[in-house]
Amino acid sequence: MNAAQPLKCRPSDYKSEVKPIWCPGCGDYHVLMALTRAMAALGLPPERIAVVSGIGCSSRIPAYTNCYGFHGVHGRALAVASGLKIARPDMTVIVATGDGDGYSIGGNHFLHACRRNVDLTYIVMDNHIYGMTKGQPSPTTEPDFDTALTPGGTGLRPFNPLVVALASGANFVARAYSGNPNETAALIVDAVEHPGFSFVEVLSACVTYRPDQRAWKERVHPAPVAPTDDPARAARRLMTDDGFNLGVLFRGNRPAYAPAKASELVAPEKLEEEFEV
Amino acid sequence: MTSSAQSVSVAMVGSGGAGVLTTGEMLLEAACAGGWDGLLTRLVGPQIRGGEAASLLRLAREPVECMADQFDLLVGIDWVNADRFSDEIPLADSSVLVCDSAAGAPPTMAAKARRVIELPLSELIKAHPTWRANMIALGAAGSLLGLEESVLHGVISRRFAEKGGAVAAANVEAAAAGARAVDARRGWVCLAPAVHKTGKRWLITGNEAVALGAILGGVRFAAAYPITPASDILEWLAPNLTKVGGTLVQAEDELASVNMIIGASYGGVASLTATSGPGLSLMVESLGLATASEVPIVIVNVMRGGPSTGIPTKSEQSDLNIAVYGMHGDAPHLVIAPQSVADCWLSAQWATGLAEALQTPAILLSDQFLGQAQTAMARPAERPPVGRRILPEEAPSPYRRYALDSGTVSPMSIPGMRGCTYTADGLTHNERGTPTSGARDHIAQLDKRRDKLDAHPYGSLWATLEGEGETAVLTWGSLTGVVREGIAQARAAGVSARLIAPRLLLPTRPAEMSSALAGVERLLVVEQSHGTQFLKYLRAHYDLPANVSVLHRPGPLPIRPHEVCRRLLEGESL
Repeated sequence: MNAAQPLKCRPSDYKSEVKPIWCPGCGDYHVLMALTRAMAALGLPPERIAVVSGIGCSSRIPAYTNCYGFHGVHGRALAVASGLKIARPDMTVIVATGDGDGYSIGGNHFLHACRRNVDLTYIVMDNHIYGMTKGQPSPTTEPDFDTALTPGGTGLRPFNPLVVALASGANFVARAYSGNPNETAALIVDAVEHPGFSFVEVLSACVTYRPDQRAWKERVHPAPVAPTDDPARAARRLMTDDGFNLGVLFRGNRPAYAPAKASELVAPEKLEEEFEV
Repeated sequence: MTSSAQSVSVAMVGSGGAGVLTTGEMLLEAACAGGWDGLLTRLVGPQIRGGEAASLLRLAREPVECMADQFDLLVGIDWVNADRFSDEIPLADSSVLVCDSAAGAPPTMAAKARRVIELPLSELIKAHPTWRANMIALGAAGSLLGLEESVLHGVISRRFAEKGGAVAAANVEAAAAGARAVDARRGWVCLAPAVHKTGKRWLITGNEAVALGAILGGVRFAAAYPITPASDILEWLAPNLTKVGGTLVQAEDELASVNMIIGASYGGVASLTATSGPGLSLMVESLGLATASEVPIVIVNVMRGGPSTGIPTKSEQSDLNIAVYGMHGDAPHLVIAPQSVADCWLSAQWATGLAEALQTPAILLSDQFLGQAQTAMARPAERPPVGRRILPEEAPSPYRRYALDSGTVSPMSIPGMRGCTYTADGLTHNERGTPTSGARDHIAQLDKRRDKLDAHPYGSLWATLEGEGETAVLTWGSLTGVVREGIAQARAAGVSARLIAPRLLLPTRPAEMSSALAGVERLLVVEQSHGTQFLKYLRAHYDLPANVSVLHRPGPLPIRPHEVCRRLLEGESL
């Protein structure tokens, strides 16, 4: 980053002219608001930030910013973002997907992104439903939630993304609620500034297929205790919380992924010497 | 073979762990140090230890690109499981078989070879506990071939130098004992004297040549998921990318590896991954993403026997269909097939440059034979044309990443460039990159992606074209060298034929192929697939003469030059 250039600091500077496809009342509008506020607070020029996503309603978010964006295939956002960040460590890379993309089809990448601990910020806009395909259950859907695909509910225990992130090695674990865009923005800033893989689960209501999620507004509450850097303590808290604790829940101190660097570079032609007879 | 030959072929077999692969490498190295050329392939089963293994070598006065019709010398350190690949080691009446006198020769193999030499391998090892059977056999083979003993001993000493002088000396003694044991038959399988060669020479495998070529072509990022027989590429790249300022990262699966290289390349760094059939199958969806979002990537696919897990350690040309047709939607991309170990070096550079210049994925379709064969080659004098990504010169307002009016390839900005931000998208998009589901944008961008590939001047590298005549043989990939030699055999018998081997399989080149086939009345197609994938590909894309026949076989049994020759000599029945 060129420190001499004037820094933009209004959220509107980070918004594109593309009109979102989201339903009126969708929680994702507030995530976009929080994200652009966070970018303004970080003071980074838009061209220094890349927003990478997968497939689904929430994954449309890159084009709604005027940063560099990558809207890839279903489930692979973390892989695209990891390649980008490792190849271009000078860029600030934010990954934004949904619960279907991130926890189901992309579940394996979630585990390994946490473990690899590349300096990324991973925002999952979790609405416990597949919205874009019109209302099928995701890994975080409640077991008795009735859908056309699973009449009577899945009967399956919901996935606990925060516990999985912690157990897999994520260096920062937080939960936010899209209805509190200022607090969400502050958590995103914190996540971006924290080294390594930072995971922010954002409860973002789907008013179309999950109108019951309007009640989230009343259920969310700040986490009652300060964040810990002790994974065992964090695990106990995350295993027993009610799913509506907001704030930073784990702040680790693992160094971020750092690929091997040669102290002195050689010309590519030099590499052929090992083959000489 | 009693008189000296232009090339001799040697097979060294033993159970896994007996050291036949090392022995083969050392024999090739010694021959090269003596001025000969050569090619070494290995034959292994799936087991890491305790399976069967063989080194197959062909030593020659001039460079060779394929194995010969039969083996002149078969050295068996032991015969455990050797029957598993006896079909892959054809012997002739004149072949010489060397075996341990304690074990004798297996009747099936001894019956094929006229001359059997028994070596007291077990006896010598019992008397000299520091000797190893493979080194005794190596010394014997070197002597039978007429190699300079001091050169072979030099190779042995260097190879074992780091294990200490005593180990190296014991191995040299063992080799010398092996040579003494066959002293009366020195030069029985004799190579004609080496041709004096000037300039630097390499001993290199196809997988190494691909990896070196990729770096020379500009690759600085690789994502890796292990798979046989492609892992060698990734393992060579891991330390060497670091040396030139690049990075290799191990991915959790092939879905991740292909998407990691897409991300890195979107970031402006030329990127590559290497895999084999099962991995390519997993990558196909994201290949379409790279096509649609116009992100250059290179995927090296080292083909092995398929479908499913197939035969991981053995060669086949059966991934042509998935490489050409695998993606859903209309997804133009590059498919490039190297034709020899040396050509792996060139093709990897060419593929990387084309992918960068055309902002599209390139599949480099190598195979296990090319990838794991080691050859002596002259250091190439010339590099292929270098392609580079076109970047926006200044920030236009607004930046249109997928512009239709900026030539066939639209300038691609790199994250960090001010005023040129955009979202790359796998959704159908307009010139700005904004998703759309309208017909006009869809067709315009499909046209754009097709036309940029079709309009590119690929030059003479698109194919190897040799010879004259009304008969032509059309082949590709590692079969090119086999066909070239088959045509040479036919020519010696008075029948001439053209060789046509496209290196560029996609985009197709109808005009160039038409002129290559002008005047051809009979066409023989040669390929290593069960389902004649190449013939069907040719029929789909090119006008072929009426008289077409095909010589095809799946792996692992290779097609040999004499089979091509025989088909050409059959003439009318072609």
